[in-house]
Amino acid sequence: MAPKRNAAAAAASSAPATTTSSTPTTANTATSKSPSPSTAAAASTTPAPTAAPTSTRGSATQTQAWDKIVGNVFSHYLSTTPQRTKLIDAFMAFLVAVGALQFAYCVLAGNYPFNAFLSGFAATVGQFVLTASLRIQTTEANKSDFPSVNPERAFADYVVCSLILHFFCVNFIN
Amino acid sequence: MSAADPLQVIASAGKGESTRSVLRVIILALIAGAAVSSRLFSVIRFESIIHEFDPWFNFRATKYLVANGFYNFWDWFDDRTWHPLGRVTGGTLYPGLMVTSGVIYHALRALTIPVDIRNICVLLAPGFSGLTAIAAYLLTNEMTPSPSAGLLAALFMGIAPGYISRSVAGSYDNEAIAIFLLVFTFYLWIKALKQGSMLWGALCALFYGYMVASWGGYAFITCLLPLHSFVLICMGRYSTRLYVAYTTWYALGTLASMQIPFVGFLPVKTSEHMPALGIFGFLQLLAFLDYVRSAIPSRQFQTFLWLFAGTAFGVGLLGLVIATSMGFIAPWSGRFYSLWDTGYAKIHIPIIASVSEHQPTAWPAFFFDLQMLIWLFPVGVYLLFQELADEHVFIVVYALFGSYFAGVMVRLMLTLTPVVCVAAAIAMSNLLDTYLTTKSPAAPDALSDKDADGKKAGKAGLKSTSKPVVGIYASWAKSVIVSSFAVYLLLFVLHCTWVTSNAYSSPSVVLASRLPDGSQHIIDDYREAYQWLRQNTREDAKIMSWWDYGYQIGGMADRPTLVDNNTWNNTHIATVGKAMASSEEASYPIMRQHEVDYVLVVFGGLLGYSGDDINKFLWMVRIAEGIWPDEVKERAFFTPRGEYRVDGEATETMKNSLMYKMSYYNYQNLFPPGQAVDRMRGVRLPEVGPQLSHLEEAFTSENWIIRIYKVKDLDNLGRDHASAVAFDRGIKKKKPVKKKGPRVLRVE
Repeated sequence: MAPKRNAAAAAASSAPATTTSSTPTTANTATSKSPSPSTAAAASTTPAPTAAPTSTRGSATQTQAWDKIVGNVFSHYLSTTPQRTKLIDAFMAFLVAVGALQFAYCVLAGNYPFNAFLSGFAATVGQFVLTASLRIQTTEANKSDFPSVNPERAFADYVVCSLILHFFCVNFIN
Repeated sequence: MSAADPLQVIASAGKGESTRSVLRVIILALIAGAAVSSRLFSVIRFESIIHEFDPWFNFRATKYLVANGFYNFWDWFDDRTWHPLGRVTGGTLYPGLMVTSGVIYHALRALTIPVDIRNICVLLAPGFSGLTAIAAYLLTNEMTPSPSAGLLAALFMGIAPGYISRSVAGSYDNEAIAIFLLVFTFYLWIKALKQGSMLWGALCALFYGYMVASWGGYAFITCLLPLHSFVLICMGRYSTRLYVAYTTWYALGTLASMQIPFVGFLPVKTSEHMPALGIFGFLQLLAFLDYVRSAIPSRQFQTFLWLFAGTAFGVGLLGLVIATSMGFIAPWSGRFYSLWDTGYAKIHIPIIASVSEHQPTAWPAFFFDLQMLIWLFPVGVYLLFQELADEHVFIVVYALFGSYFAGVMVRLMLTLTPVVCVAAAIAMSNLLDTYLTTKSPAAPDALSDKDADGKKAGKAGLKSTSKPVVGIYASWAKSVIVSSFAVYLLLFVLHCTWVTSNAYSSPSVVLASRLPDGSQHIIDDYREAYQWLRQNTREDAKIMSWWDYGYQIGGMADRPTLVDNNTWNNTHIATVGKAMASSEEASYPIMRQHEVDYVLVVFGGLLGYSGDDINKFLWMVRIAEGIWPDEVKERAFFTPRGEYRVDGEATETMKNSLMYKMSYYNYQNLFPPGQAVDRMRGVRLPEVGPQLSHLEEAFTSENWIIRIYKVKDLDNLGRDHASAVAFDRGIKKKKPVKKKGPRVLRVE
């Protein structure tokens, strides 16, 4: 990955040559951050972090960067995510779709049974965040963040919280 | 202090962890006992009686709940208040308090302990104060590893007058259980945040829901938890634990709060709840970005994403502003504005400003309510700053906001008290831990001390603190400090007991005074008058009084009222204010329209009782003027020199107002001619008292505190009342003239 990034930085660093004149403030902050702005080597590496945000306003480099980012994220996701977590993610995607559908209905067709809309929407949102929490807690990389929560405990918590959530939703739906 | 001292001595003798925990439990139980018993002054001095105003409504609602069951309570439409409008009571109250006492009542019944619901209501607040002490212990234990801090916090919480003021026996108000729920919810939040556990977050949400069901002050939690999260995010302390704790709390807690009919859709529709929603959305975004960042670890990417997050936050805020201005989301309510601008309520919502507990706090009140805690409080906050883990940030944020709100409104001293107790306990335990070690430290101890200090100094960058601190070994220095703080703690206990017994233990339904020989004299005019109403008036006789007494009339006299302390309908209150402030001729039609049978006024002139209606009169005028600026004018009640007078110099409007007439009717007959004195305002009254035509005196209590007037029916002969009265009086006057007349004729 590292060489890729360097390539992106090099591609971006060619762009600032034209953009620095239009956005002098970002260039200033970049130079002030760097310890030795006079050397050419430093100048070629330091604009990189700030050049990226400015390049979003550019047109050609932006889509390129986005493609890179999305591609990277996707490949990373495919390579590192275990099968079970992918299942959780599918469920989360489903919840997002259902929530978006309900919201679209509310916007388009009116929110008349507001109780029903709210509890339906809250059920999807609540289930989504609970599932996200479960996903976070069961991810290997986050293990150090949760010394007291092992995956079994996380799942038990998830079930209890979901029960509470749906109890409230059913009670609220009228 | 009794907590730390023997604990260490005995624990070092016992040397076991189990001994310590047993001792801790015993001490906590004793603290809870002390908290309960220090609140029983009023029961011992007076009797087991419900206090003040709002508790009477809660008591009445509880009786209704116990008698009619939960579902009827939920659907309760009360036609005996706010006549003729009625009140959807079940949907406009916070049911937590009543349901709690109802559950306790039925549980005790099930255990075959027959207990009166009144006694449960009276003793609920002291009981929950014991639980609050324990909750404070738990919360403090999350803050510091020192075992004594929690016990000190529990002790402070148990007897601090700032909390006692709202939780003495008989003060059956929402705050009685709400403070416990507040502290416990905070404890669960800290727990959830530290462990990043969904279960603790769900528990926090459940207790938050209970809190919402109990007290309108739940908005404090609704704003404080997002604020804490926001501060953490701004400090760059976003963690997956924060995500789990916050989103679980918000998703479940919001749903839980919406179950209460009185709250309903507010959490998604009003501005007070929007920060919580905004932080919720922001956290989703952060979690996503966090994931992406872990996927592609690059500095370039990071800055880019933070910019992205910032933009999204700004767009969200903008959307919120637009939604508010378009009217999708209700703007901040007036009560909330009055928290930012203390003058706001006085100008725009006189009814809020008229409540004495909504006034800004006077500075001595802080010392009065918290005594030495108020100067230990900043020390504790400073000590927390030294460590500044996530949970310490919470206390710091809470301290800042609690202090501000306590300064704005007297009653919000209550929300400040828990954090003061926690911070002060941390300061105090730190001090005691430093000075109470009897052994002089060994060399490695001092070294590690030095290391720790060096680190801190490096952070602070102060040269003076980077000197190696050796510690205090001299036993005389230790004993001086410890003994002086022991004295402080003793004084604190004395102060708390004194304040509780003198300032906060009066039921205000029953007044106590001292006779010249020092014995106690009970003034029981309120109950005398309400009992009179109960026994001598029809079941559905409508009583008109100022709203302060609405709950008491409903609770004690069981008669319908026009307005009460719920104050949900400002216009209706203004109508009553107008009737009180207008002349008899003007207010009679108003009273007829509202089917008023009796009018009740509170008069303190004879006894020197300051909380009477003449003193509140200007608020009635102001509130009425807010609705009818043409018919009621506050200026007309002041003399040309701008004085509010009730004696002979009073303005004509004042003298003709119904309130003035009812207060001083027949009053001069108590005194020798020309010597009538209003003892409350210390003025001499005119020799000729006011005359009433449309009302007649029905009842006056022993000390003239309560006076009840009957509204006359329409005249039999169709005359207006003034001429009817004049005619009655005229006949008496004319008769001798008539007798004289014929005599004169006869002589001629």
